[in-house]
Amino acid sequence: MTITGESTLLPRVARRVTRSRRNVWWTGIVALVIVVVFAILPYQVYSGTTAILGQAFVILTLACMWNLLAGYAGLVSVGQQMFLGLGAYFVLIGAIHGIDPFVALPLAAIASGVAALPLWWLVSRLRTGYFAIGTWVLATAVALFVQQFQSIGGGSGMALPGLSSFGSTLLSAYTYWAGLVVTVLALGATYLLLRSRVGLVLTAIRDDEKAARSSGARVDLARMLVFVVAAVGCAAAGGVLAIQQLGVSPSSGGDFDVLWTAKMAFAVIIGGIGTIEGPIIGTIIYMVLQQTLQQYNEWYLIVLGVVAIAITLFARRGIWGLVDEHLGVRLFPVGYYLWPSGGRPVKKTAKQSG
Amino acid sequence: MVWVSDIIQGILVGGLYALFACGLSLLFGVMKVVNLAHGDLAVVGAYIGIGVIAVTHMPFLWSIPVVCLLMAVLGYVLQRSLIQSALNRGELTTLIVTFGLSIVIENGLQQFFTANTRGIGVGSSLLTASFKLNSQIQIGWLPVIIFVAAVIVLLVLQYFLSASKYGRLIRAVADDREAALLSGVNARHVFGVAAAVAFATVGLAGVAYGMASTVTPFTGTQTILLFAFAAVVIGGLGSLWGTLLGGIVLGVAQEVGAQINISYEQLAGYVIFLAVLVLRPQGLTARRSQS
Repeated sequence: MTITGESTLLPRVARRVTRSRRNVWWTGIVALVIVVVFAILPYQVYSGTTAILGQAFVILTLACMWNLLAGYAGLVSVGQQMFLGLGAYFVLIGAIHGIDPFVALPLAAIASGVAALPLWWLVSRLRTGYFAIGTWVLATAVALFVQQFQSIGGGSGMALPGLSSFGSTLLSAYTYWAGLVVTVLALGATYLLLRSRVGLVLTAIRDDEKAARSSGARVDLARMLVFVVAAVGCAAAGGVLAIQQLGVSPSSGGDFDVLWTAKMAFAVIIGGIGTIEGPIIGTIIYMVLQQTLQQYNEWYLIVLGVVAIAITLFARRGIWGLVDEHLGVRLFPVGYYLWPSGGRPVKKTAKQSG
Repeated sequence: MVWVSDIIQGILVGGLYALFACGLSLLFGVMKVVNLAHGDLAVVGAYIGIGVIAVTHMPFLWSIPVVCLLMAVLGYVLQRSLIQSALNRGELTTLIVTFGLSIVIENGLQQFFTANTRGIGVGSSLLTASFKLNSQIQIGWLPVIIFVAAVIVLLVLQYFLSASKYGRLIRAVADDREAALLSGVNARHVFGVAAAVAFATVGLAGVAYGMASTVTPFTGTQTILLFAFAAVVIGGLGSLWGTLLGGIVLGVAQEVGAQINISYEQLAGYVIFLAVLVLRPQGLTARRSQS
């Protein structure tokens, strides 16, 4: 709105609109190089390192999805472990029926996306806070439902069949690559989604939901889309997790544990909610804390929780928000800059004020 | 006959669920805070009770006022510090802050008290004391006492909100904060008092749960919060007596489900919850939702 207001005040000069303040070709190339480096890592390092990176891929994928939900669509879901668990269990079901777990992985993600539609119909009746607990209850109900079937492990979980044909080195490399592919797809999908028309609606919801609604943005449709996309992403992460853990577990500490949502949420909040870069920064911090404090049991979660609360209260846009504020850097340009001819950019449409 | 017995047990458990739910309902009704740490705070109440009894060897009944008082102080302090500053920054912030609090409390309790199950010993005489309605139906005294206590708490809360001076202030601030501020009401203090009252009921509910059953650091998120929320939704948002009805429906569903197959106990409760969400999103008591 301020754009039209201001542009009438600006002198009538030729202007151009760009996605970024600087040329972003180099960021694209750097991103490609990073992905290639990550892809050839299994040839270079011990499998212990790739296993840790595998954990980071799962957290990063989950964080990307939670960021879409809470950071853009205004949906604070505390039930994303439901899709993580569904993804893991769909991979198991596929494997039981003789499908290679790595082939079952994309199928499981799609199946979870389909399952997300009726689940969305249920929880979309609830608003904000009640949506949060509602998704949590739904996740618990889904976990209890899954445990009723003895053929997929009942209450005690089950080992994933179909992995024994791989040698251990090959299996850990394949698992790592599967995690990498899922993560790159999750980041890419988030980026493309936010650059699309839907992304514009989502950014509008993030900044002011009432204004978005009254301007005719199809808020509910965009929300449903994000819920389904997040379900697919979390399910893919859950499938990767099932392959990493060589099985599924429905109980406390397993695939349906609410701690998964805590981990993804903390990574997003610390890194910077409502930015694409935030989940990446947050995942790095999460992994560093988890690795350094791992001999002290769950203390890393307590530290992460306290830091997340402090950041929410005192630096709402997280660590990346601070970087962006002071340096104006975007690794993933999803907004617009308006340039008067030859000058500095005057305004970004997707203004990220807290 | 076994069904009648189950239904009676379910009704009695429902009182406990209503006790859990009323604090959640009160905080939402007054300051639109959905407290995701609600269940963990109940567990904190239970652990305070266990700790107080272990240290001072006081009779378990005396631990109840101590827990309620401590929880009320905690509620006031937490509201004036964390919750209020989160409230000033919007609804999403309160959700994130209370969720963070929930995870921190849960894992903190696990670090300090281990994951072992604990209970508040009420003595085997009360734990097993029961009376017979007829030759087949036997009812424990402890569930009856907890149910009666829950109904009394709801009555007192109802009276407090509708007739007392502070209750009127709380309702005034909840209805129109600006108008209340203009009339010279210290809204933050009133919010603090409301939180103190809500936390006192949470503490009482936690102690009652610790007596009737056992707690672990994870009880708060795995059962208490979800049961409380299900009771609120089934009964209808913003109604204290609806909450009691919701708790009873949830309790009966669980007992009947457990009778069919022990593994259906919790699932049956959630199925009822989902059915209400689909068929009657405004809750069983037909008042319009106040959100």
